[in-house]
Amino acid sequence: MAATSVNLAGVTLKNPVMTASGTFGSGAEFAEFVDLNKLGAVVTKGVANVPWPGNPTPRIAETASGMINAIGLQNPGIDLFCERDIPFLKKYDTKIIVNVCGRSTEDYLEVVERLGEQPVDMLEINISCPNVKEGGIAFGQKAEAAYAITRAVKEKAKQPIIMKLSPNVTDIAEMARAVEAGGADVISLINTLTGMKIDIQKRCFALANKTGGLSGPAIKPVAVRMVYQVAQAVKVPIIGMGGIATWEDAIEFILAGATGISVGTANFSNPRATEEIAAGIERYLDDNGIADINDLIGAVR
Amino acid sequence: MSTYKETASVVSQETLADGICSMWIRTDRIAGEAKPGQFISVYCKDGSRMLPRPISICEIQEDRLRIVYRIAGKGTAEFASYTAGMDIEIAGPLGNGFPLDREGTAVVVGGGIGVPPMLELSKQLPGKKIAVMGYRNSQMFLKNQFEAAADEVYIATEDGSFGTKGNVIDAMKANGIKADVLYACGPMPMLRALKAYAEENGMEAWISLEEKMACGIGACLACVCKSKEKDAHTNVNNKRICKEGPVFNAQEVEI
Repeated sequence: MAATSVNLAGVTLKNPVMTASGTFGSGAEFAEFVDLNKLGAVVTKGVANVPWPGNPTPRIAETASGMINAIGLQNPGIDLFCERDIPFLKKYDTKIIVNVCGRSTEDYLEVVERLGEQPVDMLEINISCPNVKEGGIAFGQKAEAAYAITRAVKEKAKQPIIMKLSPNVTDIAEMARAVEAGGADVISLINTLTGMKIDIQKRCFALANKTGGLSGPAIKPVAVRMVYQVAQAVKVPIIGMGGIATWEDAIEFILAGATGISVGTANFSNPRATEEIAAGIERYLDDNGIADINDLIGAVR
Repeated sequence: MSTYKETASVVSQETLADGICSMWIRTDRIAGEAKPGQFISVYCKDGSRMLPRPISICEIQEDRLRIVYRIAGKGTAEFASYTAGMDIEIAGPLGNGFPLDREGTAVVVGGGIGVPPMLELSKQLPGKKIAVMGYRNSQMFLKNQFEAAADEVYIATEDGSFGTKGNVIDAMKANGIKADVLYACGPMPMLRALKAYAEENGMEAWISLEEKMACGIGACLACVCKSKEKDAHTNVNNKRICKEGPVFNAQEVEI
């Protein structure tokens, strides 16, 4: 049996398979389909300092090999999250990564400080949501702003921080270097690509928000390219995501330079996707006589 | 109550009306736990269509269930091509379903593709049942079965080719229909009108809502509706149609 555990900034995951924030809730709904103990980590839906109601509906639309969404970061707020969702996840043998969202630096810091006293393993800072007017992506499209929010969060955080990058930028390597300089322990990418769909029968936008984030296999080649570019630009470990639906996709990201991989939209087309991908990675290692998954990380240059 | 993902098998497939298909599906466990008003997620075989289609359950037997669905796009067109013996990927039973414990006379209202889930409800409700169905034209799918399941059946057709010309509200007004409890599934304008009709006539109303869904199991927060009170799960005035619904007391949602 090959060694599948990976290390992210001192946190050891039993395997590289994680859930992409927003596609898995806090795990409770998927626990009927997936043994959460088989996952490297559960990354929760983004949580803010106060409850957010999100965007008007329709919030999603299917597109070729993907979908666009504009949920608008609806979340129950940090109080209920700490009371209900963290205790639920603590029952499982998996790492807990909490995705943090905010409209201002103060919002982010409030959540980061609250989580400092909670039994969570890492924080993922969402500076890349394309679907909220202020905050979110406002921090993720300018290198200076990304650097500043990373520094501010790093100063307050008790856990290692993951900065989640947007692909909606001119130079992804520049963004990665900026958050690394700001103190990011890990970088995750890619969030969704801003897209649009028009309903030609009703002659209106498919989403109430007009635009939404494109995800799913349609964006995978863009994601693999960006993971590779970031892997060449920084030293911190990378969590790769964007269209991973099978174990073959996961291996591709690892070869491109990802230490961890996240499964997002595929959870919708197959609620068992995460567990099946973890099993598939193990088989691939055994079948190919690879003793340790770490030998594959960034192996294609 | 549990939810399962299964590779089920198609027992039969037939066309009931233009663009309306009926499929019986044999399941291991889903049918055994399904209730009227719940739905299943049906997954496409074509991998380029990522999202499951939420389809209401029309009839339930011990080891099988029936869906009656409209061909609305390429996904449902794929389902319509399935023939007996083929595999079909489904998850369910999903959502809450209609309450079956209300006392008194029930009026069961279905409009268009909102008609099918009302059939199993009509079969399972214990008291007197009045069914009101709204169709576009004289292609009145499932009408015969409602006549067997309900005590009275009233029909509205948009083109006036059968029953009351107009919609279900017109048929209810024309026939002076009153009951203790109203159950309904159909397009949003119909549900809005029925909510008001129930309020005016002092009836309790349970309505089944629809919205674009992604996960179908309550995780992604795509399919929410506005709720009057703060919801215990979401902690905001939003309820998840796939989880807290699709059936709501009309008073608890803002439609």
